[in-house]
Amino acid sequence: MAFRLKLVPEKTNFDFFKHQVATFGFSVFMVLASIVLVLVMGLNLGIDFRGGTTIRTEADQTEPVDIGAYRSAIAPLDLGDVLITQVYDPNFRADQKVVTIRIQAQDGQEAISPDTQAKVLESLKSVNKDIKIVATESIGPKVSGELIWTAIWSVLAAVAAILVYIWLRFEWQFSVGAVAALIHDVTVTVGIFALFQIKFDLSIIAALLTILGYSINDTVVVFDRLRENLVKYKKMPLREVMNLSVNETLSRTVMTSGTTLLALISLLVLGGDVIRNFVFAMTWGVIVGTYSSVYVAKNIVLFIGLDRNKEKKDPSEKFFDKTDVATD
Amino acid sequence: MLHISLWKRVLILIIILIGVVFAAPNIFYNRVEGHNDAVAAAAKGESLTPEQQAAQAGWPDWLPSDIVNLGLDLRGGAQLLAEVNVDEVYKARVDALWPEFRKALAAERGTLGSIRRLNADPGVLRIQIGNADQIAEAQKIAETLNNPVSSLTGVGQKTLAITTQDNQLIIQLSDAEKAATDDRTMQQSLEIVRRRIDAAGTREPTIVREGSDRILIQVPGASSAQEIKQLIGTTAKLTFNSVIGTSSNPNEAVGSDQEILPSADQKGLYYILDSLPVVTGEDLTDARPDTDQNGYPAVAFRFNASAARTFGDYTQNNIGKPFAIVLDNKVISAPTIQSHIAGGSGIITGRFTVKEATDLALLLRAGALPASMTFLEERTIGPELGADSIAAGKMAAAVGAVLVVVFMIASYGTFGVFASLALGINIALIFAILSVIGGTLTLPGIAGIVLTMGTAVDANVLVFERIREELRNQQKAKAARAIELGYERAMSAIVDANVTTFLTAVILFVLGAGPVRGFAVTFLIGIITSVFTAIWVTRLFVSIWFARRRPRELVL
Repeated sequence: MAFRLKLVPEKTNFDFFKHQVATFGFSVFMVLASIVLVLVMGLNLGIDFRGGTTIRTEADQTEPVDIGAYRSAIAPLDLGDVLITQVYDPNFRADQKVVTIRIQAQDGQEAISPDTQAKVLESLKSVNKDIKIVATESIGPKVSGELIWTAIWSVLAAVAAILVYIWLRFEWQFSVGAVAALIHDVTVTVGIFALFQIKFDLSIIAALLTILGYSINDTVVVFDRLRENLVKYKKMPLREVMNLSVNETLSRTVMTSGTTLLALISLLVLGGDVIRNFVFAMTWGVIVGTYSSVYVAKNIVLFIGLDRNKEKKDPSEKFFDKTDVATD
Repeated sequence: MLHISLWKRVLILIIILIGVVFAAPNIFYNRVEGHNDAVAAAAKGESLTPEQQAAQAGWPDWLPSDIVNLGLDLRGGAQLLAEVNVDEVYKARVDALWPEFRKALAAERGTLGSIRRLNADPGVLRIQIGNADQIAEAQKIAETLNNPVSSLTGVGQKTLAITTQDNQLIIQLSDAEKAATDDRTMQQSLEIVRRRIDAAGTREPTIVREGSDRILIQVPGASSAQEIKQLIGTTAKLTFNSVIGTSSNPNEAVGSDQEILPSADQKGLYYILDSLPVVTGEDLTDARPDTDQNGYPAVAFRFNASAARTFGDYTQNNIGKPFAIVLDNKVISAPTIQSHIAGGSGIITGRFTVKEATDLALLLRAGALPASMTFLEERTIGPELGADSIAAGKMAAAVGAVLVVVFMIASYGTFGVFASLALGINIALIFAILSVIGGTLTLPGIAGIVLTMGTAVDANVLVFERIREELRNQQKAKAARAIELGYERAMSAIVDANVTTFLTAVILFVLGAGPVRGFAVTFLIGIITSVFTAIWVTRLFVSIWFARRRPRELVL
């Protein structure tokens, strides 16, 4: 027998419903906690959503960056709310000091004026004369207002599209379960952004949509097996069929999450600070998504119950002729 | 049996081959880019420098030379989102109507009484007539000047909306005409922005219309958005007007066909001008930097034939009087007409620096923007940051790929090797498709590729796990049968899982902007190619391997 790495033993028989009160309760708690966190702490919205300007500066110096000096250099310009943070990344050279400066949207102007930018650079030169602006991003209140709505619409549209597709391919109970799992994933991801006050911008919405895609992928694989087993074991109680299906697909779930996380973690560590928040959201989402397809989606289906007399026909056969793809 | 018919094998191999060939130029990115630039320069009829000739020879012409475009976040450059203030054109249009209406109404002065233009909102023409009871008659006359809209969508509608209020005619553009005007304004603005940016000589700018009244401008390699903004933010509306007088009070009351504009270089000096220009910048055929008789920088210009005649007549009739050269609502100079200027050429003097004169000439040549623009969004990414991002992305992708491959081989042995090969082909296909469709690779796009590496193996995992199950379930099952069943039974899960992911990626593409869209593109392509490689490519490998080895027993 050749060596095979097996994260999951060949035949498992875990009872995934054993602690269903605890696991489902945990999920409900996480969702509620996330909502409370977002309401109480709010999200650290990036300029995509609130307008304003981010200036990224770089200076070659070995001594640590004095954020206070930056702040007092810019203070006389009277730009309103200014947030200055140092950026760290393992890819940086030892003498490469990167700082981002976020300035609120200025009254009466959309994108930053050439004047303001020149003044900021001028003031910063008093801190370190070799300081450079390596990137600026400026978004007016008009666009940021629209982007918020685009973001909300895109998440809703994705959820709705998935709801309809699952409903067509499976039973409506499955689509309710799948969507509940998706809402769980999105809420918990947004929650962690509120908890740690990580910058929440347009790229995070892209990450959320990717999480939706990933999580539904996972859920669908379990559902697909469930549908197959419902036909195969007509007399077995629903709960047991579900357990069997999750056990049978467990190895695959762990493998796919494993490869995806390997890829994401290498991006998280080595991919640079520019996309770190984006990758963080996806990594967290993959973990939450895997959990939710095992512990959330099917619990909802069990809770609603299925009309099993209708299960006689596999609805997928209406759409795809399986034998066609198999062999010839 | 596991047999795949010959034509399918050939087709799969051809697709793989094409994919690899079309992805290959990206490996030699700089060389191919140099080659393409040289070819483009040669196509324009420029003579090539020795470096360019070397660059052209650096990549054979018969090989595919499409490469992915690097997004601004990777190459460095500037991006601007500008909103064109289309309303301004309404005002200009309506103001130009006044002389025509005055003439038509004045012809009936006997019945209508005195005719006067009242102050009104921009884009609205209010005309007061002396005899309020004749307002219906005035409206009838006004309607004779109202033409049908000349656009495809506005058939049967008039250009103007003419209403009355007491003794006033209220004239403005109709909604259909406004829509048609907006469209023209946008076309013109796009064209002029393009000309100005091209004239500045940057490479491959992207200038596209976004939504109804916005323009997205991306200029790779530009050192700052400010630079681009200064170049295209200027309307460059040039007019020559007659001067009625000067004043130090900017709010001095002037007649309804006069305007008061500040001097560009003398603070506190204002000119009262006839608001109807003698000639405008639109009539220029050429403008170039020059020097005046004292050696100061100036801009020389030349009018087209009809404007040259108008200007000639005007100067002849107004010798000794001053006239104003107005640029973007500022009087840049107001010389006195010394003599009859025939031939339609002259120079504009102001207090220019050499660069200002050069820029002004460029702007005048490209033409004036029909309306001003507001910049809603701007981004500048320095080339160093872009290079850092590419390096980080490459590193992360390489490490991610190695980890996934090791994990797959450790888990599935020989089949893991097949899946890894398929993964390599998958990535080649993504790059091939991106290159051929002229897609743009952004930093989130690289993240999309890395993520695809993680998820692409999913379809393989589904099949392999299923084969394992089939092997377990049917103790004495033949290996071939188990593999066959594995593919067959995993199919519906693969289809469902990928269709749902595809749906979210499509939404991401439709609603996303900028870098997010770059992510969506690679993600979408990745889904398609990974389904292809998982279902067909690994299967081809498995089938070839199986036919060679004929294993009695399958260990997976």
